[in-house]
Amino acid sequence: MTTMSDKQPPAPLTDIERVTLLCVAGHMIPASVEYGVPGADDLRIFADITRSIDRDREALGKALQVVNDLSDGMILALSRAEQAKRLAEFRTRHADLAGVIESVVARCYYRDDRVMASIGMEARPAFPKGYKVEQGDLSLLDPVRARGRIYRDAG
Amino acid sequence: MNEPVDVLIIGAGASGAAVAWSLAETRMRIVCLEQGDWPKSNDFPSTGTDWEARALEDYAISPNRRALEADYPVNDDDSPIKIANYNGVGGGTVFYAAHFPRLHPSDFRVKSLDGVAEDWPLDYGTLEPFYALNDRMMGVSGLAGDPAYPQKEAVMPPIAMGRTGEVLGTAMNRLGWHWWPSDAAIATEEYEGRAPCINLGQCGSGCAQGAKASTDVTYWPEAIRSRIEVRTKCRVSRIETNDADMATGVHYFDADGKEVFQPAEIVIMACNGIGTPRILLNSASSRFPDGLANSSGLVGKNLMLHPYAQIRGHFDERLDGYRGPPICVWSMEFYETDPARDFLRGYSYQFSRGIGPARTAINGFADGMVPWGEGHHAAFRRLFERSAGMVSVCEDLPEETNRVTLDPDLKDGNGIPAPRITYRLSDNTRKMLEHSVARGVEILQAAGAHDITTKAPVPYAGWHLLGTARMGRDPERSVVNEWGRSHDVKNLFIVDGSVFVTSGGVNPTSTIQAVALYVADQIKSRIYELFD
Ligand SMILES: Cc1cc2nc3c(=O)[nH]c(=O)nc-3n(C[C@H](O)[C@H](O)[C@H](O)COP(=O)(O)OP(=O)(O)OC[C@H]3O[C@@H](n4cnc5c(N)ncnc54)[C@H](O)[C@@H]3O)c2cc1C
Ligand code: SF4
Repeated sequence: MTTMSDKQPPAPLTDIERVTLLCVAGHMIPASVEYGVPGADDLRIFADITRSIDRDREALGKALQVVNDLSDGMILALSRAEQAKRLAEFRTRHADLAGVIESVVARCYYRDDRVMASIGMEARPAFPKGYKVEQGDLSLLDPVRARGRIYRDAG
Repeated sequence: MNEPVDVLIIGAGASGAAVAWSLAETRMRIVCLEQGDWPKSNDFPSTGTDWEARALEDYAISPNRRALEADYPVNDDDSPIKIANYNGVGGGTVFYAAHFPRLHPSDFRVKSLDGVAEDWPLDYGTLEPFYALNDRMMGVSGLAGDPAYPQKEAVMPPIAMGRTGEVLGTAMNRLGWHWWPSDAAIATEEYEGRAPCINLGQCGSGCAQGAKASTDVTYWPEAIRSRIEVRTKCRVSRIETNDADMATGVHYFDADGKEVFQPAEIVIMACNGIGTPRILLNSASSRFPDGLANSSGLVGKNLMLHPYAQIRGHFDERLDGYRGPPICVWSMEFYETDPARDFLRGYSYQFSRGIGPARTAINGFADGMVPWGEGHHAAFRRLFERSAGMVSVCEDLPEETNRVTLDPDLKDGNGIPAPRITYRLSDNTRKMLEHSVARGVEILQAAGAHDITTKAPVPYAGWHLLGTARMGRDPERSVVNEWGRSHDVKNLFIVDGSVFVTSGGVNPTSTIQAVALYVADQIKSRIYELFD
C-alpha cells in the first residue's frame, strides 16, 4: 500500500522499458487499414502513453520486466511471431500485470482524435456541451403499477 | 488555542453539511473542520478528453491510490472489499452516483420481522419528514408512485431512462418483476441556482455542471450564508475531555501542519463509518482507555459495506453508452425477506448504462472478450456503446468481527494512525450475492443480452461505510442514543453513517442525511436539557 509520504513524481521510463512498452502496445492494439486507425505504437499516441503513466509507474516497471524475463531477456530480440507467443503466455500467467499495461495503453489510445472519430465519438470533452439521452417511455411502467404495492408493513 | 465555539462539526461531507445547515437557525457559533479542500469543478475529469485516465488518478475513488494530501491511508488488505471515499468539502457526495433510495419501513424492524440483528430505535415514520426535507434541500428527481415505497413526493421529474431503461424495463415486465426509475440526487431542471443535468455521464468523478447534489453545492452554500464557518485543510486527531466526562474540544492539524486546539461546547462527528471510529479510538485517554464513547466496546465494530455483485451484458443495438448519469432505473423485487430463499433479508438492483471507450477496452481485455492483436478493433466495436447491466446492493448484516481498528504502523501525513479494516463476507451475504447474480443473468437474458459477465463481490466497491458507532437505547449495545448523542460523553454527537443499526439493501446517503437532520432537530428541541 502507498502512503502519502511514499508518493513521488514517477520516474521516467528507462530505454529498455520504453522499447518494451512500445513493442507490447503495438501487439496489443495494432494499426488497422480496415478501420482507418493507428496502432497504440503510433508516435503521437505512444508519446501520450509515456507522459501519462502516473500512479502505475511502479507496477508498469514490474510488468515490463516480467515481459522481458519471459522473452529470454529482451522481447525485441525475438521475431514478431515469437513475441506474440510470449505475450500470450504473459497474459495467461500474469493477468494482473497484463492488466496494468492494458490500462496504461487503452486510456491514452481511446482519447486520440483519430481513434475517437473512428468509433463515432466527437473529439471533445463531455463538458460543457453534454449529450442527449432520450427520456424513455414511462408507459412501460403500467404493469408495475397494476401489480400494486410490494413493500412490507413494519407495524 | 482558538476562540471557543458553540458547536464544532468534524467532517464536511453528506451528514456534516446537513447538520450544519439545520443548526444554523440557532445562531450558535458553528465551525466545521474538514481535512480536505473545496472541490474545483473546473478541474473535474469531464472537462477534458482524458477523463477516463483522470478518474484513475487524482479522481480515483480509492484513497490509497489517490494518496493526496487530503487523504489518509486505509489498510484494507484484510478485506475482500476495498474502501472508496472522497476527502474534501462534500465528502463522498462529490464522487457518489447520486442513486438516492430511502430505506424501506421494514429496514428499521429487522429483529421484530426477521429475527436477526437489532431494530433501529427510530422508524420510517419518524424519519419521513426529514427524508422529504432532505429531498428538497438536495434536489431529488424521481417519479411518484413507486409501489415499493410508501407514497413520497417527487421534487423534480425523473432522470432520463434512456434506451437502457426501456430495454431492461421491458425485460423486467417480461419476468413480472418490479422496476422503477431511480430516485436521483440530480437536478433535471434548474433548481435553486443549479443547472440541470446535461448527461455528461461522469457523476462518479465530480459533476462539472453542478447538477449532481453534492453538499458543496447544496447545503454548504446555504449554511455559509447563515455564517457557519468551514475551515478546510484541518485534520482532527483527537477529541479532548474533562473530569466531568464532557468533550472540551478537539486537537487538529491545520494546513501548515501545526497542531491547534479548538475548544467547543458541543462536538458533532461526521467523518463517515471509518473516519469517525478512527478518531474516537485515537481519542483514548486515562478516562476512556478503550477509546472515546466506547464503554459498549462497539466503536469500530459492526462495519457494514454493502457487498455488490455486478452483472453486465452486451446488446446488438446501440444503447446510451457513456452518455447520461450512469444510474438509471432500480428494482426492489428481491428486497424483502422471502422464507422460500436460503438467506435472510434482501437486495436492490441499481441498473446501469454503458461505459467509456477506454473502460470498454480495459474490461473487455480482463473479461477475455477483447483480444490483443488483429481482432481487437472488431471485438471492441461489438461491445462499445452496447453494454448495460446492473449491480445488486446486498444488505450486510452487522457482525462484531467486521471492524475498524487503528493500524499499529501505518499513519497519515500528520502522523495520525490509519484505520485498519477487518472484514469477511458472511454465508448469508454469499448466498444473497449468488442469488442476485443468477437473477441478474436471467434479466439480461430476457433483455436479449449476450456476452454476459458477472463479478461478486465487486472488490473496489467499499463506498457505503456504516454501523461502526451504532445508535440504540441500551448503552451496552450501542454507542449513541436514539437521537445521536453519545451514551458516555453527553456533549458528543455522531450523525454520519456510523450510527446505522442495520444497513438495508439500498444506497445509504438519503438515510444518512435524514438521520443527521433528525439529530439536528433533536438538538434544537432539547437545547435546554441537552446534556441531562
Ligand atoms: C464512488 C462512490 C459512489 C457512491 N455512490 C453512492 C450512491 O449512488 N448513493 C448513495 O447513497 N451513496 C453513494 N456513495 C456513498 C456516499 O458518498 C456516502 O454514503 C456519504 O457521502 C457518507 O456520508 P457521511 O456524512 O457519512 O461521510 P462523508 O460524506 O464521507 O464525509 C466525511 C467527511 O469527513 C472528513 N473527515 C474524515 N476524517 C476527518 C478528520 N479526522 N478531520 C477532518 N475531517 C475529516 C472527510 O474528509 C469527509 O469530507 C458513494 C460513494 C463513493 C465514494
Ligand atoms: S450525468 Fe448529469 S449529474 Fe452526472 S456528471 Fe453529468 S451533468 Fe452531472
